[in-house]
Amino acid sequence: MIPEIGRAASLVALVLALGGAVAATAGGRTGRSALVEAAQRAGVGVFVLISFCFALLTYAFLTFDFSVRYVASNTNLGTPFYYRITGVWGALEGSIILWAWMLALYTLIIVLRHRETTREFYPWVLAVMLSVLAFFLLVMTVAASPFERLAPVPADGRGLNPLLEDTGMITHPVALYLGFTGLTVPFAFAIAALVTGRVGDAWITMTRRWTIIAWYFLSLGLLIGGWWSYHVLGWGGYWAWDPVENAAFMPWLAATAFLHSVMIQERRRMLKLWNISLIILSFTLTLFGTFLTRSGIIASVHAFTQGAIGILFLSFLALVVLVALGLVALRWDALRAQGELDSVVSRESAFLLNNVLLIAATFTVFFGTVFPLLSEAVRGVKVSVGAPFFNQVNIPLFLSLIFLMGVGPLIAWRRASTDNLRRNFLWPVALGFLAALVAFGAGVRPTLAVLTFATTVFVSATIALDFGRATRARRRTGERLLPAMGGLLLRHNRRYGGFLVHFGVLVIAVGVTGSHAWSVQTETTLKRGEHAELAGYRVRFDGLSASEESNHAKVTGAFTVSNGRVLDVLRPAKKFYPQQQSPIAAVDYRLGLTEDIYLVLGDFARDGTEATIKLQVNRLVSWIWIGGVVITLGALLAILPEARRPA
Amino acid sequence: MNRNAKFIAGGIVILGALAYMIYAGVTQSAVYFVTPEELQAAPVTGKAYRLGGLVAPGSLTWEPRALDLRFSLTDGKATVPVRHKGTAPDLFGEGRGAVVEGSWTPEGYFKATLIMAKHSEEYKAPHDETGAGYKELIKTLKGEQ
Repeated sequence: MIPEIGRAASLVALVLALGGAVAATAGGRTGRSALVEAAQRAGVGVFVLISFCFALLTYAFLTFDFSVRYVASNTNLGTPFYYRITGVWGALEGSIILWAWMLALYTLIIVLRHRETTREFYPWVLAVMLSVLAFFLLVMTVAASPFERLAPVPADGRGLNPLLEDTGMITHPVALYLGFTGLTVPFAFAIAALVTGRVGDAWITMTRRWTIIAWYFLSLGLLIGGWWSYHVLGWGGYWAWDPVENAAFMPWLAATAFLHSVMIQERRRMLKLWNISLIILSFTLTLFGTFLTRSGIIASVHAFTQGAIGILFLSFLALVVLVALGLVALRWDALRAQGELDSVVSRESAFLLNNVLLIAATFTVFFGTVFPLLSEAVRGVKVSVGAPFFNQVNIPLFLSLIFLMGVGPLIAWRRASTDNLRRNFLWPVALGFLAALVAFGAGVRPTLAVLTFATTVFVSATIALDFGRATRARRRTGERLLPAMGGLLLRHNRRYGGFLVHFGVLVIAVGVTGSHAWSVQTETTLKRGEHAELAGYRVRFDGLSASEESNHAKVTGAFTVSNGRVLDVLRPAKKFYPQQQSPIAAVDYRLGLTEDIYLVLGDFARDGTEATIKLQVNRLVSWIWIGGVVITLGALLAILPEARRPA
Repeated sequence: MNRNAKFIAGGIVILGALAYMIYAGVTQSAVYFVTPEELQAAPVTGKAYRLGGLVAPGSLTWEPRALDLRFSLTDGKATVPVRHKGTAPDLFGEGRGAVVEGSWTPEGYFKATLIMAKHSEEYKAPHDETGAGYKELIKTLKGEQ
């Protein structure tokens, strides 16, 4: 029964979403509130129906209903309870339904929050949200239905991809999709602004918090993806410039540019056209990313199934771009900027440069990702560019961006005087140089690492300088130190939330630099009792043991790690899933602030006397995750409601 | 120089630098996709290749002490011998697809620096023989035989 009920519900949801989009459009054109209210009810109905579909699919997973093809393909009787829930969005069909559900959730929040406040935009925002929803429901009903019936019903399913049996897998797609779908909201408001011709900064003020939330979830999704890659995949890295990763990174870069450039429009009424273009770019990049990863057009190590879905996404992408560009052309005159840049040395131009660099990075990632397609089309040979390309081009861009993080927030608007520059940058620049000298003198190499650390110190110093100065100013009014600092954070939460996010990015930059520059690894085969040595650590092979888990068998090695004294016993394993023809490695590691010891069991002799291991000492990787926590705190601070000034 | 000229000059410098970096990056890290047939037809020593094919059944050997992994990749028309220093990745095996990155050596084999096993998110039905193989393995390790 479940397949039929599910299909019917998704079909009704599709019809409702389409009808709602039409009603909202008509309501926006005629101004008749009855039509808008009908669209609103349709939006709520779609949310209820997709929630129902989602619950239904989860129920099918929990009760092992193998008459649903998707359930049979992604679970089996041995799959633990927890992974039967996360398995719901473990593959293509389920991730589409999750995507649609989140989009419907955002639509519902818009209905609840913006119904009264944004009368002019509201019908058009609803129309855009419901149209995008209708597209995903179309994909869900015709191309990738999670409710396809499987006949005859098998006795057992095929099981979840073992790599997805991990806590990272519940959170990574959820965070990433919340980010992707979250970008739809500012995009919908931008389209509404274009349609109504009110292209001032109203749409930006209204969606400010939405943009930060979407950006934050995107960042979180990328970071959790990195963590998953690091502790599950067993290659000791967190980022491979794989097309799938790039697909998520491009919208993040564009959204980051947008987040910064809207501040110029709020302050100086400039860059209207640029901001509209950036949000259109960010949104279309989320679609493009999904197209890229779901169509199989680019061979990726973890690319998904091919099929009709690629054509659907490409057509929708083309439609969105055409409509958006058409509207931009229609409002061209209104979008022309009123303000002008006064000086090259000003906050505006620092922000502008930030945008140029971020878009350059977006383009680089795009170019590198589609390079095999380009070269095949132009020269007839398939050539790809790998990690060295992305690193080589992006490192100078990112380093400049970090430098601008120090400059942007403190340099004066319009035109920075020599006095402003001296007052704000003399000490941070001096500290940056000092840090470079000390690091270089202490033997830190390569030069790139010295450069990154010096820049990090410079930016941190600007943040500390600003915060210290503002705290002192409040202290002069008689406040104590801690209340002064707390009050400052809450009163200017956007500014200091932004600073905190910047600081988190610095921490991540240190981690990335350290792991890139100083991680070491070795691979060797040990007999029982023999040891391997790396970077002052000694790893002794003590033996192998076997065990059986609910859905797989496991061979676990025991390795004693010491550096003079015994530190830990690491137990990397090989897991054998019956649905797999070869085993999957389970990494073991000992995380530390400066070094991680990371051990992979590569191969072993069947009698347990010999094991081949891959041993890595990865430097400063933990700071990447710590930076993620700092970014979380900063983003939370930034989305707090603005403190009301006392009357 | 007036203000606009400064911004335009700055923009040209940035674009120029980016174009140069992309050009240099592409020329230095280009990897050519080839099939075993294409590689055998015209191998160029030292050029970076990405070779995709099927791991030929019966060709796989592994010498753990020397970390010496050898196998052949085939596309049905040609077969290329491949050597790699280190263990194979998960999901790698005879009769399955694999992509290797590396270069052709004058000694007449492909030296792989990176092996990627092809896998998808959905899995094949369990094979009885392999299942039995695991059970036997577990028994051996538990010392039950």
